[in-house]
Amino acid sequence: MSSIWVYANPKKFIDTTDRFLPWVSVLAVVCLVIGLIWGFFFTPDDYRQGSTVKIIYLHVPSALMAINAWLMMLVASLIWIVRRHHVSALAARAAAPVGVVMTLIALATGAIWGQPMWGTWWAWDPRLTSFLILFLFYLGYIALWEAIEDDDTAADLTSILCLVGSVFALLSRYAVNFWNQGLHQGASLSLDKEENVADVFYHPLLFSIAGFVFLFIALVFLRTQTEIRARRMRALIVRDRMKD
Amino acid sequence: MPDLGKYAEAVLSSYAVSLVLLLILVGLSWRRSMRIKKALQDIEKRQKKNG
Repeated sequence: MSSIWVYANPKKFIDTTDRFLPWVSVLAVVCLVIGLIWGFFFTPDDYRQGSTVKIIYLHVPSALMAINAWLMMLVASLIWIVRRHHVSALAARAAAPVGVVMTLIALATGAIWGQPMWGTWWAWDPRLTSFLILFLFYLGYIALWEAIEDDDTAADLTSILCLVGSVFALLSRYAVNFWNQGLHQGASLSLDKEENVADVFYHPLLFSIAGFVFLFIALVFLRTQTEIRARRMRALIVRDRMKD
Repeated sequence: MPDLGKYAEAVLSSYAVSLVLLLILVGLSWRRSMRIKKALQDIEKRQKKNG
């Protein structure tokens, strides 16, 4: 059996992800279409929240992916720091814009949902605030990559930033448990049947979450391939200039 | 179309904002991927020709 590190070879990574990309993309579209259509058209209103409960099919999956995208970047950054595989640093770079969009969707849908339920678009609640900080970390991470010309230095510094930001990624996830205060309700998904969202909402939500996960994987594959090619292109241009 | 009652605006705008953001992300990622792929192929072809 071959080692996982063979995928640190850029060519091997591109060849392998090229094979999986169409399948993951199709799975993303199928799961999203099922989850969102089922949730939007075929689920009842909640007895307390009315039809706003339909926002759950976008808000929960995007919030989950916002946190998990950062955790994926953390793993990739640690691999870069320890093993110096360029593909892992580029995968972290590729995931950041996907994560920032997921965070933005979670913040936007949360504000739109919060207005009719809480009577306000925004509150300095622990979960909301830690999510806003996570969003700012994403922007800082992307800006840092863009600001530094040398790829290896950029990968080093962004990896450190990613380690620091991980505290807020975890805080966003567990803020409700740490500080039992604020407007945001507890987690919608729980192993405790009493706390978990009702089955009628849960099943389409699972499809929607799966759709967001597959979409994230497909986009990270595609964007990492692009980053690998862009890096090679820069190297070839430099080689060309040195010849001249 | 389900009856969304007084929350129609909130629900529909959530879906609109999210889907637009996702489509922009997918569109930009795809366009950049195609652009870089072609640019790299051109450079590699040119370098091969020049030896």
